[in-house]
Amino acid sequence: MERIEVLKTYKIFIGGQFPRTESGRYYPLKLKNNMTVNVSLSSRKDFRNSVIAARGAFSGWSARAAFNRGQILYRIAEMLEGRKEQFLEELKQLGYTASSAKKEIEQSIDRLVYYAGWCDKYQQLFSAVNPVASSHFNFSVPEPMGVVAIMADESTALLGLVSVIAPCIAGGNTCIVLASESKPTCAITFAEVIATSDVPGGVVNIVTGNRKELHAHFSSHMDVNAIINCNSEKDFNKTIGENASLNVKRVFTWNKNWADENEQGPYYITDLQEIKTTWHPIENIGVSGIKY
Amino acid sequence: MAKKEIKKLEYFTDWKYAPAPEATDHISLKKQYDLFINGKFVKPNSGKHFDTINPATEEHISSIAEANEKDVDSAVKAARGAYDKTWSKMPAKERAKYIYRIARLIQERARELSVIETLDGGKSIRESRDIDVPLAANHFFYYAGWADKLEYAFPNRNPKSLGVAGQVIPWNFPLLMAAWKIAPALATGNTVVLKPAETTSLTALKLAEIIQESGLPDGVVNIITGHGPVGASMVNHKDINKIAFTGSTGVGKWIQKAIAGTDKKLTLELGGKAANIIFEDAPINQAVEGIINGIFFNQGHVCCAGSRLFVQESVADEVIRKLKDRLETLIVGDPLDKNTDIGAINSKMQLNKINEYLKIGVNDGAEMYQSSCSIPKKGFFVRPTLFLNTSQSHRISQEEIFGPVLAVQTFRTIEEVIEKANNIPYGLSAGVWTDKGSRIFNMTSKLRAGVVWANTYNKFDPTSPFGGYKESGFGREGGLHGLMPYLKF
Repeated sequence: MERIEVLKTYKIFIGGQFPRTESGRYYPLKLKNNMTVNVSLSSRKDFRNSVIAARGAFSGWSARAAFNRGQILYRIAEMLEGRKEQFLEELKQLGYTASSAKKEIEQSIDRLVYYAGWCDKYQQLFSAVNPVASSHFNFSVPEPMGVVAIMADESTALLGLVSVIAPCIAGGNTCIVLASESKPTCAITFAEVIATSDVPGGVVNIVTGNRKELHAHFSSHMDVNAIINCNSEKDFNKTIGENASLNVKRVFTWNKNWADENEQGPYYITDLQEIKTTWHPIENIGVSGIKY
Repeated sequence: MAKKEIKKLEYFTDWKYAPAPEATDHISLKKQYDLFINGKFVKPNSGKHFDTINPATEEHISSIAEANEKDVDSAVKAARGAYDKTWSKMPAKERAKYIYRIARLIQERARELSVIETLDGGKSIRESRDIDVPLAANHFFYYAGWADKLEYAFPNRNPKSLGVAGQVIPWNFPLLMAAWKIAPALATGNTVVLKPAETTSLTALKLAEIIQESGLPDGVVNIITGHGPVGASMVNHKDINKIAFTGSTGVGKWIQKAIAGTDKKLTLELGGKAANIIFEDAPINQAVEGIINGIFFNQGHVCCAGSRLFVQESVADEVIRKLKDRLETLIVGDPLDKNTDIGAINSKMQLNKINEYLKIGVNDGAEMYQSSCSIPKKGFFVRPTLFLNTSQSHRISQEEIFGPVLAVQTFRTIEEVIEKANNIPYGLSAGVWTDKGSRIFNMTSKLRAGVVWANTYNKFDPTSPFGGYKESGFGREGGLHGLMPYLKF
């Protein structure tokens, strides 16, 4: 008798754990092999739990040495490379052709490596020692914004997700990501990659569900510092913008073609950074000493 | 005011450390090493090999190939071929992946590399394990990331690689210096011919094996071994675009002269005689640790060693007393022992040079103070040494000794110490110890040195540029600035 395949239950990813949605709700997703996946239809409460996890992880993650963050992002790339076959199959089930799936996975891996490299470099490009006129040592450095809520690109299953998570966490932020509603399975498998890459629990949280329902909650939460919508949805964006003003969230619309090699760069990191300037007095004696 | 009796620390109690030797049975070394040219190990044209010994025991470890001019030429040809055919054409992000692989392989083989580094060079296992090898891996990891980001580092300049880089490195941080040289050169798209120092070739040759394993295209990195003349023929080779040298100021000057009038680009990381300055408001105990670390790190074989100590007069007695006490507790001996602080002097030649300076110091009238520790009968060892009552004109205060020897002077005012610290041909590094932040920034702007450590010493990081002012050389290694010497615009 033929062996019966064991099917995977796709859950969500909060604080390093894989719970199902607290709401118990789901939405069916038909795969190309005619199997149906019951995807978690995450609730406001799931999102709020994710924010708690992300806030909890922020102080530790932002305090990691930049080099260490780089190593961890590189580790995500290593893990993803090792699970290429799995992603290939999953992407095909979501309607990708074999060649487009392969391209998307490889671009995703390369993008992770790319941002791994930025972890300990963007500071060197965007910091400044400011030549103030008074006797002060004055310098400005970027620091992570905090907790970032992201509504990922709807049109891609993996690349859009990676392209926003990578710069966000490279810069020391933590995030809650709403996966593509029509292509959510890959996002959850990517969460498994993150869970096995030395990324501390809570740094990346991934929920699945409905943007129409969740965008208002994503944008109104008072403990979220920035919100990114990767889709061009004028009416949502209006609500997001208005809600963001409640606690002066930074709002970004990153509606990009992530397959374009130019849609990567340090500015995706610096968008999610604050600039901190420090003044320190310089004692001013011994001027005559410089003779040699 | 009556002086309070200070109770001396006692060291004659039975607080002995049990031996804690690092195992050597997990390393693999060949009896004989050839030259690494075009991805393969090849016999040297000279047919000659020379011995490399363990400076702690004077025992033979392995034999190293002696390259000659012909070998240099074939290494340069291999590097040029690899540059033209593969490396300069490869997309930068793919180049990066090879460099990441090398970083990972060094991490994976870190234990083996640190044991070999200690066996071959004499430095304590604690340092090779915790400093040299991890920093070497991190350096590759850091520069790997730059490969596809150079346009961001130098906006509007269209940075381009130079071609073939000839790199000559010293014996004090063999693997680390190889990493400092190779990583930025590869990241910027150059190919490399590297010559390690003759007393410490083994980890560079191990790195050659790692490079082979990484699948790096043949000829991108070539490692040739031998004595001074090998370096000289690299410097004079017509098809090398860039010379990077770390070593003595004497040789650096010779190189600068030799390439005069050619199009070769040059970076020099040369000697130093760093001032380590202790102000009266410094946290004294930490400062004493910093002085010890500054001069005795790696047996004092450090170009940026804090070899001139300046103590403010008001705290001089206390600092010197504590320094002497701390000196007594340093463990000198078997570099492979995990408790050892000061290992073996790298070579007989260097040992003789240091001993010569000890004589000079005494003859010049300085007061020598040495730890009472015993040193092994075999091998090359020196007791950690202080020279008190030295003056600015003493040779031990002016010349680089490159050993565990500290020249101590005192000062009264900030003007005086800035004047004394700067009044030397070198300008590699300096140390400042004070509780006052504003004084630190005053000192960092007044000291003519490429690196200033404040309330710390001998810190290194791949992101942090390192290099000298004046006769300590030019160009920077590490950080964003470390890319520049390998690019043209």
